[in-house]
Amino acid sequence: MNTPAEIPRKPAISIEKAQKARRKFLRSVGLAGGVIGLSLLGYIPLVNARNTKLRPPGALNEADFLSSCIKCGQCVQVCPVQAIKLGDLDDGFGIGVPYIESRDQACDFSCDAVQCILACPTGALTYKKPAFMNVREGALLAAAPILKAKEKDAENTLNLKERTGIARLARPESCLAVQGKGFKGQARGAAFKGTMRYMDVDRWKPIPVRDHPYDLPLCDLCVRECPVKNAIELRPLTGSDGVARMTPVVLEPCVGCGVCEMICPVEPAAIVIDAQATWKGEQA
Amino acid sequence: MSRFADLFMGMLGAAPKKPEKVTDQVQKIMFLKYEDKDRYIKEKLHAREHHAISHKWRNRRWAVLIATNLLFVFSFWLDIQILEGALTASRFVGFHLIDLNSALQVMLAHKHIIVNLVIGTFTVFLLWVLLGGRTFCSWVCPYHLLAEWTEALHLKLVEKKIVTDHEFHRGTRTVFWLLFALLAIVTGYTVFETLSPTGILSRALIYGPGLALGWVGLLLLFETFYSRRAWCRYVCPIGLTYGAVGAISPLQITYHVEHCFHEGDCRKVCLVPHVLDVTVKGRASEEQMGLGPDCTRCGLCVDICPSGALRYEVKGLSKLL
Ligand code: SF4
Ligand code: SF4
Ligand code: SF4
Ligand code: SF4
Repeated sequence: MNTPAEIPRKPAISIEKAQKARRKFLRSVGLAGGVIGLSLLGYIPLVNARNTKLRPPGALNEADFLSSCIKCGQCVQVCPVQAIKLGDLDDGFGIGVPYIESRDQACDFSCDAVQCILACPTGALTYKKPAFMNVREGALLAAAPILKAKEKDAENTLNLKERTGIARLARPESCLAVQGKGFKGQARGAAFKGTMRYMDVDRWKPIPVRDHPYDLPLCDLCVRECPVKNAIELRPLTGSDGVARMTPVVLEPCVGCGVCEMICPVEPAAIVIDAQATWKGEQA
Repeated sequence: MSRFADLFMGMLGAAPKKPEKVTDQVQKIMFLKYEDKDRYIKEKLHAREHHAISHKWRNRRWAVLIATNLLFVFSFWLDIQILEGALTASRFVGFHLIDLNSALQVMLAHKHIIVNLVIGTFTVFLLWVLLGGRTFCSWVCPYHLLAEWTEALHLKLVEKKIVTDHEFHRGTRTVFWLLFALLAIVTGYTVFETLSPTGILSRALIYGPGLALGWVGLLLLFETFYSRRAWCRYVCPIGLTYGAVGAISPLQITYHVEHCFHEGDCRKVCLVPHVLDVTVKGRASEEQMGLGPDCTRCGLCVDICPSGALRYEVKGLSKLL
């Protein structure tokens, strides 16, 4: 550019053109406002978070989890029992973020190694939280959970530091053990689609729960099928009617996997998982 | 400003400018073209007549787009594990691949970066630096395909005067890019991902449909009846991110002014017609020019151009051969 650039004189813009430009500008502002406004609707499910969701094992604390999950579903793909689902639009910022609906299909650790954590590319699911992220009180497990299915293996623990939630006997009055009743048949009926690994059937392949009927003098399904050692036990219940009765008691090693909720044969389940809840000492 | 900077500003929303200087060759070409008007018109008509309408690039592109998305779907459904995950992040035979814009959103929202994220982002970064422009958009993005069909419908409706097209300022996309980045930093959530039709469609294909498809439907309706290709043109930050990354790519669509009749067929089909501004009479400054980084490399203009003035080329390679 060796010749001084000539400053072109601005042609007088016709009124019509100016109006058009103005309308286009206002439209653009409207578009920006509209789209941003819509995107912030994502807050609604957070503000009235009535139902906290159960996240896959190794999930960071909820806010960190929502921000770090890249919504790829790789955790969904590796899960052998397909316990993991992805959130929808009504989950706001939780859209595309994984959760588990235990009653339909719990995580029974069929993968042996918490593979969803292994698959996660962003550290939203992690074996070891970075130091600066806080561990909520009672979330930390006292010891690495022993996986009953691997009890005889050299490495029999799960690489899991924190629990995802905790089981609670929510409806003791409907618990069969508390009533002193047994259970016979398919735990969740013939139509139930959930699957689970049964060591005595096949260590590597989970089968439908309906293909594994029970015949128990006293129901102890939650204790029997709990994949974690010493996470739950039946304790005698002192009653005055002379019937042998028991009550399930959830213990510290409970990781909140949800198998007890899935297998519980009464409707609605007597035992449920409080998602993201922490250990507060033994609850009667 | 250099031409590169001009093109980049054009992608951000600046209006295309007339060239300050036109090379002697171009002046000569233009002079020769118009010296004999009758001959020029004859050539033009001749070229038109002999131009077999082809959809070569469009078909190839659709095939690649569909194949890529199906590879995701089948990897999960048939458990063949070639391309696991979704478009936001995946693993291709074990290699991490992470969408640049999604990674950016996560990094800004979470403010913590882990190694896998960096590795995956880097592989994708390299890939699109090589392929260039917004290749991701037209060759991979599933929303692109739907929007392409919707756009065709929109154009039909416009032609029949049933709807009119409402344009927005192209700079809104840049504003959106900044706003979404800011929202991620301030709120700590990946706000954009709640609305991204790219992510929603990719997940719907792989993991099954949901309510979120309703949002995609609304977008498509908006584009059919109100504004042509609105999401990609004025909103989607993914396109801008890839455009910026692909700006330095060697692969591009080049324009050869000598063959051009300046009728603008190409500008009518293009999703980002401002990159084709060089094809307007008097706008080309050199004989051969690469189109700007906003070009999605879709090849619609290559297919439609009757005179072969637009071509896929690798920068510098034509000189070597
Ligand atoms: S693998 Fe990680 S990033 Fe991907 S959906 Fe699961 S939790 Fe989110
Ligand atoms: S008690 Fe229930 S939730 Fe806890 S580990 Fe056992 S099965 Fe899982
Ligand atoms: S602009 Fe966005 S939605 Fe449009 S094709 Fe590109 S990535 Fe897809
Ligand atoms: S310039 Fe051509 S290749 Fe680039 S986006 Fe437009 S029509 Fe597609």
